[in-house]
Amino acid sequence: MQDSDNKRFVPRDRNWHPPAYAPGYKTSVPRSPNQALVSLQHPSRSELTGPRFEALRLGPHDNDLLMNYREGQGQDGLPIGERIVMFGRVVDQFGKPVPHTLVEMWQANAGGRYRHKKDGYLAPLDPNFGGVGRCLTDAQGWYHFRTVRPGPYPWPNDPNSWRPAHIHVSVMGPAIATRLITQMYFEGDPLIPRCPIVQTLGDPEAVDTLTGRLDMARSRPMDYLAYRFDIVTRGALQTYFENQG
Amino acid sequence: MSQQPTREGGLLYRETPSQTAGPYVHIGLALDVAGLPLRDEEIWSRMAAPEAEGEAIELVGRVIDGNGDPVRDAFLEAWQADANGDFQPDFDLQKPFNSFGRSATTADGASEWSFTTVKPGRVPAANGKPMAPHVCLAVFARGINIHLNTRLYFDDEAEANAACPVLNAVESPARRETLIARREEVDGKIRYRLDIRLQGEGETVFFDI
Ligand SMILES: [Fe+3]
Repeated sequence: MQDSDNKRFVPRDRNWHPPAYAPGYKTSVPRSPNQALVSLQHPSRSELTGPRFEALRLGPHDNDLLMNYREGQGQDGLPIGERIVMFGRVVDQFGKPVPHTLVEMWQANAGGRYRHKKDGYLAPLDPNFGGVGRCLTDAQGWYHFRTVRPGPYPWPNDPNSWRPAHIHVSVMGPAIATRLITQMYFEGDPLIPRCPIVQTLGDPEAVDTLTGRLDMARSRPMDYLAYRFDIVTRGALQTYFENQG
Repeated sequence: MSQQPTREGGLLYRETPSQTAGPYVHIGLALDVAGLPLRDEEIWSRMAAPEAEGEAIELVGRVIDGNGDPVRDAFLEAWQADANGDFQPDFDLQKPFNSFGRSATTADGASEWSFTTVKPGRVPAANGKPMAPHVCLAVFARGINIHLNTRLYFDDEAEANAACPVLNAVESPARRETLIARREEVDGKIRYRLDIRLQGEGETVFFDI
């Protein structure tokens, strides 16, 4: 018997997450299932196990977006924009750290432009900025990235829709069942309440949990500001006494 | 972080809510598709090397939206057992087989995702009875607010499929068919094809796992 056979996760609260169908976000209309999800009453190893990435060879600057895409030399090789550190802790719903889990992030540059074939926004590409990072959390669940604050950008939804500044974040967690992709917003951004994607969340408290907080204590004078973003993955329950027959 | 009460009267942190992976998911998780240079090691769609134990297969398909159009910016993740029915959770590109893989639909042409892998063995369900061979798939895309979990089963495993407790948890037999990939042979290679339909006629079964 494997350890995973005794495990279960706290059920996902589908009213806390955004619904599949959220007409204010127009692309969700043709991309949302009509049928109800089928609940797996008793998940198996297929859901309760997941990949571990301790053996993945990360580059020395994989979590440093100021350094991992440089066309110039010296200071000419640094990206334009407000230097920031984004950091936080990955914990589960019981507050237990999630160690050595893969955290990935991607973002637009300071002008709001992605280094992506399909992004045609008129803001320029930055020759020294790629916009992708990854790292593993440490033994206590901490992660951090050094980067620049992304710019807001316009997108076709309403006649004049703008995304607030945001960083996309992907976290693996201990199992396929804990997999999660989300976005971090920045405290005080006036575009947050105006964004149709943010508004797919029904609860203002949910929006609040996606808002990175300025942390002056972790900022470095004359260098960067720090924003803290903690991530909560589903909590693991042990169910040794459950009769699953 | 936000807390919620539990049935037992305690407090639980709420899971961080999901947000769409958006149209530029490739920047972060599929660098080649975005046009970014690759790092030393990337997680991608070759889950099995030629020397991996088991039957070498390719999984391929499209993602179709409610208008019947292919979704050209979908990103997928696969999770499956090896040929013996064991998961290989320690991701290591030096090993012949990894249980985890990633793919994306192409922006032009047939707009298909694909994985190079081996046919999985059988994994026990929670009650110990074997499930039919399957691959777990997660679908992310612009317009998908929280990723969709589904499974790919194999059409040449009719007997195992008929006895699979998870397939049978799908009430409608017609809907079970939406999870079953069709075997085809192309230039001597074995390929299983499955289109994932997000909405409407023939809508794929998605699971709350
Ligand atoms: Fe974005």
